[in-house]
Amino acid sequence: MEAVQDYRQVSFFRGLSGFDWVYAALLAAGSVYAFNLYGGYMDVYEKGILFLIAALLVGLGWFWKPVRILLPAVALLALFGVSQYHGELARAGQAFWLKYLFASQSAIMWMSALFVMATGGYWLGLALRSDFVNRVSAAITWSATAMGLIGLLVRWYESYLIGADVGHIPISNLYEVFILFSILTALLYLYYEQYYANRQLGAFVLPVISAAVAFLLWYAFGRDAQHIQPLVPALQSYWMKLHVPANFVGYGAFAVAAMVGVAYLFKSKGLLANRLPDLAVLDDVMYKAIAIGFAFFTIATILGAMWAAEAWGGYWSWDPKETWALIVWLNYAAWLHIRLVKGLRGAMLAWWAVVGLVVTVFAFLGVNMFLSGLHSYGTL
Amino acid sequence: MQAPRTSFSRAVYELFSSMRFAISLLTLLAIASIIGTVLKQSEPYSNYIIELGPFWFKIFALLGLYDVYHTGWFLGILVFLVLSTGSCIYRQTPLMLREIRSFREHATEASLRGFAHRADLAVGIAPAAVLERLTGYLAVRGYRYKIRAEGEAQPVLIAAKTGSYTRLGYLLTHGAIVIICIGGLIDGNVPLKVQELLGYKKVETRDLASNQVPAISRLSPANLSFRGSISIPEGGAADVIYLNVADGYLVQDLPFQIHLKKFRIEHYATGQPKSFESDIVITDPDSKKGFEGTVSVNHPIVYRGVAIYQAGFGDGGSRLTLNGWNLFSPAAGSFPFKGEVNQASRLANGQTQYSVEITDFKAFNVQDTGEGEDDEAAPPRDFWRNAERALGDAASSAPKKRAHNVGPSFQYKIRDAQGQAKEFHSFMLPLLLEGRRYFVSGVRGAPNEPFRYLRFPADENGAIDGYMRLRGTLFDKTLYPEIARRFAISATPNAAEQALRIKLAESTAKLLEIFARGGFEELAKFIEGSVAKAEQEKAAEAYFKVLERAGFEAWQLSRERAGQKPAQIDEQTALFVRDSLNAANDSFYYGSPVYFQLDHYDEVLSSGLQLTRSPGKNIVYAGSVLLILGVFAMFYIRERRIWLLVKSGEVLFAMSSNRKTLDFENEFGQHKSNLANLLKG
Ligand code: HEM
Repeated sequence: MEAVQDYRQVSFFRGLSGFDWVYAALLAAGSVYAFNLYGGYMDVYEKGILFLIAALLVGLGWFWKPVRILLPAVALLALFGVSQYHGELARAGQAFWLKYLFASQSAIMWMSALFVMATGGYWLGLALRSDFVNRVSAAITWSATAMGLIGLLVRWYESYLIGADVGHIPISNLYEVFILFSILTALLYLYYEQYYANRQLGAFVLPVISAAVAFLLWYAFGRDAQHIQPLVPALQSYWMKLHVPANFVGYGAFAVAAMVGVAYLFKSKGLLANRLPDLAVLDDVMYKAIAIGFAFFTIATILGAMWAAEAWGGYWSWDPKETWALIVWLNYAAWLHIRLVKGLRGAMLAWWAVVGLVVTVFAFLGVNMFLSGLHSYGTL
Repeated sequence: MQAPRTSFSRAVYELFSSMRFAISLLTLLAIASIIGTVLKQSEPYSNYIIELGPFWFKIFALLGLYDVYHTGWFLGILVFLVLSTGSCIYRQTPLMLREIRSFREHATEASLRGFAHRADLAVGIAPAAVLERLTGYLAVRGYRYKIRAEGEAQPVLIAAKTGSYTRLGYLLTHGAIVIICIGGLIDGNVPLKVQELLGYKKVETRDLASNQVPAISRLSPANLSFRGSISIPEGGAADVIYLNVADGYLVQDLPFQIHLKKFRIEHYATGQPKSFESDIVITDPDSKKGFEGTVSVNHPIVYRGVAIYQAGFGDGGSRLTLNGWNLFSPAAGSFPFKGEVNQASRLANGQTQYSVEITDFKAFNVQDTGEGEDDEAAPPRDFWRNAERALGDAASSAPKKRAHNVGPSFQYKIRDAQGQAKEFHSFMLPLLLEGRRYFVSGVRGAPNEPFRYLRFPADENGAIDGYMRLRGTLFDKTLYPEIARRFAISATPNAAEQALRIKLAESTAKLLEIFARGGFEELAKFIEGSVAKAEQEKAAEAYFKVLERAGFEAWQLSRERAGQKPAQIDEQTALFVRDSLNAANDSFYYGSPVYFQLDHYDEVLSSGLQLTRSPGKNIVYAGSVLLILGVFAMFYIRERRIWLLVKSGEVLFAMSSNRKTLDFENEFGQHKSNLANLLKG
C-alpha cells in the first residue's frame, strides 16, 4: 500500500505554500481596510462585491501563481501614484512620478506603448526562433498589463478628485473598456502561454491587443475621448462592476480563440509551419479559450439581464445590444456542439472561431455605431 | 424509455430531438433576431411607410417585422425550441443517467483493445499484490472503481471512473434552456396573444382619453403579465398604463392608483443629468392604505407584484409666457402670448387664423460643443491638440465646458386654417455661436426632418430688442428716404456733389424696398433684370455694400428713435448689422410671420413610469442559475474512465474520456508510466 502513496494527489489546499497564504492575507487585509475606509459610502451589494472580488482574486492567485506577484505590485504602485496627488488633480501634470508614469493617462500610454513593443517582440522571436526574445516579450506583456491596471486604478481615484459625485469605477465607457479588454486579453494569453509552455502564439494574440490599443489612441487623439465623464443615471449601479468585467473576460477569450484560429489556419496551410506549435495544441487552446469565454459570456449576459430588470423594467427587452449578445452566444453554443457532439475538428472550426470574433466585434462595437437602442452610452 | 406508439409520432419525436432540427431553429432564431435589430422596432407606422413605400410596408406589416419579437411566429420558434430541447432531454436523460451510474465493467478484452488509449503493462510483482496496488493507485488518484471477477479462469477487470457528474451538466444546461424559454413565454404574454388572435382583444389606434377606451382594448388588473408605461404630470395621478402594440395600444387597468407628487432632475456641475427621481404615492382601493416612496433609475419600487420603474420624463404642461414679434411689420414692439405645453391657442394675423400648439418645453439643454444646436457647427477636431491633451491626463486638461447648459428651449407648431403645420424649436437665451450671441430658432416641415435654424443677433445688452427695432426700421417704408439720405451724405463727403447724392439716395431707397419685399433673392432677381450679364457679379457686390451701409444707418436711426445713444462705428457693430440683414433675409424662409420669444415660464414636469408584472422572471432567474452551473459542470468536470484487465503476468490498461483534450493525453501518459512503475516492483 505504501507504494501507491507516492502517487497521491495532493489536495488543492494542502498544496498551497506559505506565500499563497501571505498573498491571501494581504488581500483580506486590503479589502477589510477598504471596507473600513469606504464602507460608509457603499450599499450592501457593493460591500458584498468588494469581498466577492477579493475572494475571487485570492482564488485566481492560488490557481495561477504569477498573479500573486502581479497584483501586489500593481496595488503598491497604484497606491504610490495615488499618494502623489495630495488630493489635487492638477498634480497629474506636475508631479514627476505622475506626469511620467503613474497618472492614469500616462500609465495607459505606457501600457499602449508596451503592448505594441511586445507585439513586435513576439514577431521578432518567431522570426529568429529565439526563446530569449520571446521571454523578453512576455516580460514586456506583463509590464504592459501592470501599467494598464495601474492606469485604471489611478483613474478610479482621479474620478473622485473631479467630484465626489463624479467618481466611479473606470469601466463605464468605450475608452475605459478598451483598456480593460487589452488587459484581460493579455492575461488570458499569458495564462495559456505558461500552461502550454509555448511562446509562439504571442505573435498572433498580441496583434489583436495592438489593434485595441490603436483604437484606444485614435479614440483619445482623434475624438478626445479620454476624459473622465460623470455617469448617466442608468449606469449608476453596482451591477456594472459585475456585468462589464464578466463580459470582457468573454470578449477577451473569444479574441484569443480567434487569433489562435488564425495561427491554426496558417499552420494548416503550411505557413510558418515549423515555427508554430502542433495543430493539436492550437486546437486545444482554441477550445479552452472558447469554453472559458462561453462560460463568462453566459454569466455576463445573465448579469446583464438582471441589471436590465432593475434599470429598464424588464430582464430582456430585445434591445439591439442584448439581441446581439444572444446571437454571439448562440454562435459559440453551435461551435461547441459541433466540436463536442459531432466531434468535428480542423480548419473549419478555426475559420468559425475567426468569424465568431467578427460577430463578437459587431456586438461590441458595431451595435453602438450602427444600431440604436437602450445601450446608447459609448458612441463613436 | 418507452418508444412512442405510432410511426408518425415516432418520426416527429425523432425530428424534434435531433440536433439538426435544434440547430436549424437556433439559426432561424438568430436570423429573426438580426432582422429585429436592423429594422428599428415599434416606430410609428407612418415612419415605416415613408421609409419603405406603401408596397413593402404592407408586406413587412404582414410579417410583423415592426415588432418581430412579439409576433406569433417568433414566439412559435421559441415554443418549438422548447419542444425540441425538451425531447432531446427526454431522449438523452436515460443515457446520461446510465453513464453516471455505470462503470462499464462488462467491457471485453476485444473492445478494450480497440481503444486509442491503451497499453500493455508487464507485471514484475507478486500476482497477489497486483490487485491491491492497482485499486490503491486508483483510489489515491480520485477514481471510483468496480471489480469484475468471474471465476478463477477469467481475468479480473477493474473498471474505474471519475468526473461522471459532467453529465449532469448536460441536463442542467439543456433543462435551463427549456426553463428560461418557458419563463420568457409566460412574460411574453402568450394568453394575451391568443386572445388577440381570436379577436377577444383589439388594439386601439385612436387618440382617446384612457377612460373612453372601450373594453375590448382594456386588460383587467388580474392580467398575468404586462409591461407598459404611463406619463404622469406633477400633481396628477393614473390608474392605467398603456401597452404599445403594433401601431396602437392597449389599456391596462392597474390594481392601484399612482399619484406623482414631485419629479426631480439633478445635474452634475457640468450640466449632465445625475438623477431622475419621482416621489409617488400609491393608493390601493383594496387595502385603503397609502404607500409613499421614491422611484429612481436603477431603484424601482415593487408593489403587489408590480414593479414601478423610472423610465423617462417630459413636460407635464408647463405654462409659458411668450413675446410675439411680427417679423415683417414696421412695429418694433411685441405682443404678449400665453400658452401651456400640450395645449393649442388661437392666433390671428390680419385675416389669417393660426393655431399655436406648444408641444414641449425643456428648462435644461446640455450641449456638448458650446457651439449651439446648429448642425453645421461641428466641434473642432484638432488631432494634435487632442493628442497633446490625451498624453497629459484624463481629468484636469478636459476642454473647458465641453458640455454645458444653454438654458431653456421650447417647441411649438403653428397650424394654418388648412391644417398644415410647421414645427419650431426656440431657445430662450442667446447661444454662443462662432464667438457671437444669437437667439436661435429652428423650423421644420415634418417630424422626420432636421430643424433648420435661424439666428437673430443679440444686441449689446444680450437682448433681442435691438434686432427687432432694426428689423422694424428696415420694414418701415416711411423711413427709407431718411435712411437713404443719411447714407448718401456719408457716402459722398463732398457736399458739392448734390446731384450724385440725390441719385444715390433714390437708388438706396429702392434697394431697401426691394430687400423688404423678398430679401437677397428679390435683389438678385432685380439685378438679373436690370444689369448686363457680365456686370452682374460686380453689381451684386456693390449693392450688397450699399445695403450694409444703409443697414448701419437704419441701425443708428432705430437707436435714435428709441432714445439710445448712437452705436460705435466698429467691427462689432458692422457684424451686428450684417447678421441682422442675414436674419431679416432668412425670415422670408422661416415659414411663420411670427417669432415667439420665451419671456418666462412656470415649469411642470411629468414623469414617465414603466410598470411591469413579470411572473416569469423568477423562473428565468432559476433557469439562469442552472445554466451557469451546467456550463461549468460540462466544461470543467472532466469525465475519465480507466479499465485495468489483470491477466497473468500482464495488465491491459485502457482509458477514455468524453473530451479529447491535451490534458487527457497528458493524464493518460502519466497513468501509463505510473502504473508501469507500480507493476514493475
Ligand atoms: C438553445 C439551445 C441549446 C444550447 C444553448 C445548447 C448548449 C450546449 C452546450 C454549451 C453544450 C456543451 C458542449 C459539451 O460540453 O458537451 C451542449 C452539449 C450538448 N447538446 Fe446542446 N444546447 C442546446 C440545444 C440542444 C438540443 C436541442 C439538443 C438535442 C438535440 C442538444 C444536444 C446536446 C448534446 C447531446 C450535447 C452533448 C452533451 C455531452 O456529451 O456532454 N443541445 N449543448
